Amino acid sequence: MNAVIEYAPLLWQGLLTTLTVTVLGGALCLVVAFAAGLARLSRHRILRWPAGVFIEVFRGTSLLVQMFWLFFALPFFGIQLHPLTAAVLALGLNEGAYAAEVVRGAIASRAKGQTEACIALGMEPALRLRRIIIPQSIPAMLPPFGNVMVDLLKNTSLVSLVTVADLTFSAQMIRSTTGQTTAIFTTILVMYFVLSYLLTLLTAWLEKRFALDRKALTLQRKENILMKVGAA
Amino acid sequence: MIWDNAFAISILPILLQGLWTTVHITVVGTLLAAGLGLVFAVLRRLAIPVLSKVIAFLVVFVRGTPLLVQAYVAFFVLPSYGISFDALTTGIVVIGVNYSAYMAEVYRSGIQGVSKGQWEAATALSLPGTRTWGRIVLPQAIRTVVPMLGNYLIQMFKDSAVLSAITVVELMATAQAIGSSNFRYLEPLTLAALLFLAVSYPASRLVNRLERRYAPQH
Amino acid sequence: MRPSTEPQPRTSGVALPPDPIIRFENVSKNWGTNHVLKSLNFDVAPGEKVSIIGPSGSGKTTILRILMTLETPSEGKVTVDGDTLWDVSLGQKVRETRQLRETRKKIGMVFQQFNLFPHMTAMENIIEAPIHVLGMNKAEARERAAELLNLVGLGKHMNHTPPQMSGGQQQRVAIARALAMRPKVLLFDEPTSALDPELIGEVLNVIRNLAHTTDMTMLMVTHEMRFAEEISDRVVMFDNGAAVESGPPAQIFKDPQQERTRSFLRAVLQH
Ligand SMILES: Nc1ncnc2c1ncn2[C@@H]1O[C@H](COP(=O)(O)OP(=O)(O)O)[C@@H](O)[C@H]1O
Ligand SMILES: [Mg+2]
Repeated sequence: MNAVIEYAPLLWQGLLTTLTVTVLGGALCLVVAFAAGLARLSRHRILRWPAGVFIEVFRGTSLLVQMFWLFFALPFFGIQLHPLTAAVLALGLNEGAYAAEVVRGAIASRAKGQTEACIALGMEPALRLRRIIIPQSIPAMLPPFGNVMVDLLKNTSLVSLVTVADLTFSAQMIRSTTGQTTAIFTTILVMYFVLSYLLTLLTAWLEKRFALDRKALTLQRKENILMKVGAA
Repeated sequence: MIWDNAFAISILPILLQGLWTTVHITVVGTLLAAGLGLVFAVLRRLAIPVLSKVIAFLVVFVRGTPLLVQAYVAFFVLPSYGISFDALTTGIVVIGVNYSAYMAEVYRSGIQGVSKGQWEAATALSLPGTRTWGRIVLPQAIRTVVPMLGNYLIQMFKDSAVLSAITVVELMATAQAIGSSNFRYLEPLTLAALLFLAVSYPASRLVNRLERRYAPQH
Repeated sequence: MRPSTEPQPRTSGVALPPDPIIRFENVSKNWGTNHVLKSLNFDVAPGEKVSIIGPSGSGKTTILRILMTLETPSEGKVTVDGDTLWDVSLGQKVRETRQLRETRKKIGMVFQQFNLFPHMTAMENIIEAPIHVLGMNKAEARERAAELLNLVGLGKHMNHTPPQMSGGQQQRVAIARALAMRPKVLLFDEPTSALDPELIGEVLNVIRNLAHTTDMTMLMVTHEMRFAEEISDRVVMFDNGAAVESGPPAQIFKDPQQERTRSFLRAVLQH
């Protein structure tokens, strides 16, 4: 355990990097997911087609290959990315491709009647998506999004292989300098586990928050209170 | 010209060898995961004091931690306790155990999906426990698991690249080695990506088709 | 606007009937080899309450859906309130035009399955389109929505979401939602078919009130024959993609001219 305590600052730095990569990658993942997922559902082939190719390529190859490609192969085109940039880009695009299918699936499975009701009310496609179809699809998206985010968090450990000094990278450094292999790896396993668990809790909280009839329940509660106040 | 075609062609045979190793890892790893997962799921369901709880926790723990770190543990930590295999075997065991945690969940929901009436009918016929499991419950549960097996197989195929970090010489490690010894990464990495895609894309189309055909009828 | 001096093509002399608000001219609809509507001609006068009856699969829903622009006719012309909604020649690829989008704002629809937005309260369902489509301000929209909810007898339910309401209540909210757009034409596609028997009455009451108190044009597909008889100015019997008979309810129900109508009515009124 000595090594763990002695090198705690290094682990702390690693943890911060892991969190940074997770947050940045997660944000990119969400943007990519909605852009590609919605494009996939578009009526226009020029949007649907590239989105389809993007999704299949990024889901069909390994994240590690993508990350290495961005880091080692892109320089041959004169583009040298910072390791952190390459890492975040690979994570965001890869997990985004998976999440795009979540977005597509959730929206495509919306009842046809909802779209028809919107048309009957004169709502244009953009308004339909923004006000009705996407908000309704969010509850269905949340659990799989939660899984994607946990995946993304775990996959941040791969960034250590392109020299980003995350938690795994720090652990490897401490291992090679101190040789206290068991202690150090046990520590970071537990740390990753706690982070995954927190993400799961966050998803569960969001699910409850976005459940379809929760809003109505709160409004009703307010109403009841008002009525009681009025009666008093 | 950025892309060196002659170089690309010259390295293709070695890359194909790497691909072969990747396929080998995937097939053996999936079999291991399917078997272990089943054992975990049944042990959990049997509600054996302590053991079932421990397994439940292990499943959650494995799912909550990175495959790469698990591989490091197997590669660096286990040998100091006298457990040591070659890199390839270690890699297969690690990825098999990792996926068994996911498979266990799939089996578990499959077992839960077998209706209470099936259990009651087995009791009414005084079938012994092993018979109930072996002939009534598992055959019904596994039917729902088979399509998922295909999805996990494809996922493992891509995930196995992570094992390159513990010196398993599969497709990714081969590409990397070619890259670093020739100072040319573009061709090996691009070819590696294409090879992954060439296998996993048709495979996932196939699995999708099977999934639709064998979708549970409600 | 169509000038009122325009000649009336189908009148022979005496009293000029008003321009139809809905006109189907030679409208056909095919799904593959299934000819659902066959060169249909059909007019509805402004303010008229028309019930469409007929066996299942005869194309009743298709007519309403073409009017609501949820389906494209294969051929023919549809005009609404003087504006061309559809003008399609056979085999032509149809695009959604600006004109079509403007014209369909004059039309509202009440669906068999209600199609309320489940993530919104009754109030939010009603104010959504007035605010975002008509550009009404929020206070005005809410005020009007509250009036409409009172009108359909749900003044106390404005903060309920669809899952918290019975089918009858949901359908009444759906009617209020359609009314909030102030349509000139309101379409009903079997508005009570998805309801439990004890909830049908409350919805029919709302529709009856509308029929008696507004000059909105109403076009309703229904299997409630007594109700159709009571509220309609005209009943149209559909069979096999064509209107086989049309006339005042008293005539259609008491003295049908066509054998098809007689046998249909015998079948539905029997039980
Ligand atoms: N989307 C569709 N695709 C193919 N056929 C359809 C579709 N919608 C309706 N039809 C067919 O059109 C015919 C008329 O349907 P509909 O207008 O719904 O009849 P009704 O409302 O009178 O019962 C039926 O034969 C039906 O099968
Ligand atoms: Mg119908």
